[in-house]
Amino acid sequence: MAAAEAAGTIASTTTAAPRAASLNSLIRMSWWKVIVVFAALIGLWYLAAKHYADKGLPYLVPYPHDVFHAMFLDAGTRHDLLVSLWRSTEVALTGLALAIVIGVVWAVVMAQAKWVEQSLYPYAVILQCIPILALVPMIGALAGYEFKSRVIVTVMISLFPMVSNTLFGLQATDQGQRELFQLQGARAWTRLVKLQVPAALPNIFVGLRTAAGLSVVGAIVGDQFFQRGTPGLGVLIQVDASRLLGPELYAAILTASLLGVVVFLLFGLLGRLAIGRWYSFR
Amino acid sequence: MTVTVTAESAAPPTGVLLDFKNTEMTFPNGTVALRGVDLAVRRGEFVSVVGPSGCGKSTLLRIASGLETASDGVTTVNTDHIGYVFQDATLLPWRNVAKNVELLAELDGRTSRAVRAAKAAKAIELVGLKGFEKSLPRQLSGGMRMRVSLARSLTLDPELFLFDEPFGALDEITRERLNDELLRLFVEQGFAGLFITHSVSEAVYLSTKVVVMSGRPGNVVATFDVPFDMPRDPDIRFTPEFGELVGEVSHALREGHR
Repeated sequence: MAAAEAAGTIASTTTAAPRAASLNSLIRMSWWKVIVVFAALIGLWYLAAKHYADKGLPYLVPYPHDVFHAMFLDAGTRHDLLVSLWRSTEVALTGLALAIVIGVVWAVVMAQAKWVEQSLYPYAVILQCIPILALVPMIGALAGYEFKSRVIVTVMISLFPMVSNTLFGLQATDQGQRELFQLQGARAWTRLVKLQVPAALPNIFVGLRTAAGLSVVGAIVGDQFFQRGTPGLGVLIQVDASRLLGPELYAAILTASLLGVVVFLLFGLLGRLAIGRWYSFR
Repeated sequence: MTVTVTAESAAPPTGVLLDFKNTEMTFPNGTVALRGVDLAVRRGEFVSVVGPSGCGKSTLLRIASGLETASDGVTTVNTDHIGYVFQDATLLPWRNVAKNVELLAELDGRTSRAVRAAKAAKAIELVGLKGFEKSLPRQLSGGMRMRVSLARSLTLDPELFLFDEPFGALDEITRERLNDELLRLFVEQGFAGLFITHSVSEAVYLSTKVVVMSGRPGNVVATFDVPFDMPRDPDIRFTPEFGELVGEVSHALREGHR
């Protein structure tokens, strides 16, 4: 009797590998629409490039094929790009890793009691509101003008979404589930590890995706503030701009954008792989 | 004013597992949910409580389970083997059926992993979900989720089982089927039950005793002993005696609501 009811429902639900389904939906996205827009943008780019070339300012908007050449075919530029890309990636991922750890710990501490949250949350908001530029001289003086300071800027930029999303997730735990743990006399730590953190994972991954995108912004911006040591894409962009190297500049900008997109997609995918089995991301 | 909640593992000879005496509940906002409720559940009894919405039926269960403390009266709980099934199955979506069923014993920390797994397997079989151990809650129907919730509490070997409108959100057919399963478990497992419901016929079908509560503040206005033998034949629902008793309870419910 039970089996009949059970079998009936199980057959009507799509149970076959939800993980594979979510990957497929990503692949099956109607790419042709994206490609049509892309072609239109390239067309507009050619028009703009022609306009500036005619005015005698070709370095302001170089032709797409020149940018393509600089990016992929010119060995020297390609080498510079790859080295800078790697350094920026290092800064972004180091900053992101720190932001994840600090953000999750901060949120977990705040989730313990209302008064802790009320004491600490305003600082998360303040951190978000500080114009980073205003802190540059201070960070530079304290931490130097190299890798360390670039990471600090990255952490500051990408921390807030981690804190706020994790906190929201930890606090949104279902009341009935909390009471279940309470009835069994579960300790706060057990509740945190076995209930709140797993329940918050969907929110944590949303925060992670946003923070990942911002970490690339932080790495590029940090580069432009702190140019000593082994600077990455941010410095390359500034140097190319100052030397009026149009195609090289555009290639660097495109590389930085691609890094941002790849990191964003990667962490989105990571979320799906980690919890897509039981949670459906929109 | 006396408020006591006692939990002892050995029940007194009378076999009273749960006893409310003059239980009152006033919430901090001034709402009086319960007034002078007297109600006992003994071994071998399955007591259903019916009453209008907001009459404090659920509050009664929350007091029994220890989630709330009554503002007055004496509440005695003579067992620490209490099972509970709520309106919502409250399963953890990231755990499969087997892991969900193991949860309560796991939180207790008193049973070893192997014993836990064996108990869970037995409970899953009891509720008819064998073969679905690896399924996730989102792959199950509402009725199946409730079965998992039942199985989860069965691992505690409950002497007293508290039900808060567990089948209220299910369709009629699933509900009747689960009523039959619950009766079977009651007979086989020998727990006593306190069952909150909106449905008079469900209350009469499942119970050895039906308690009718008035509207807010909740108060016991009538108690009916259900004379039908256990185990019950599902067809009993279509006999004149059954219909008559349902009518009497419904009548008392309407009177108490006035």
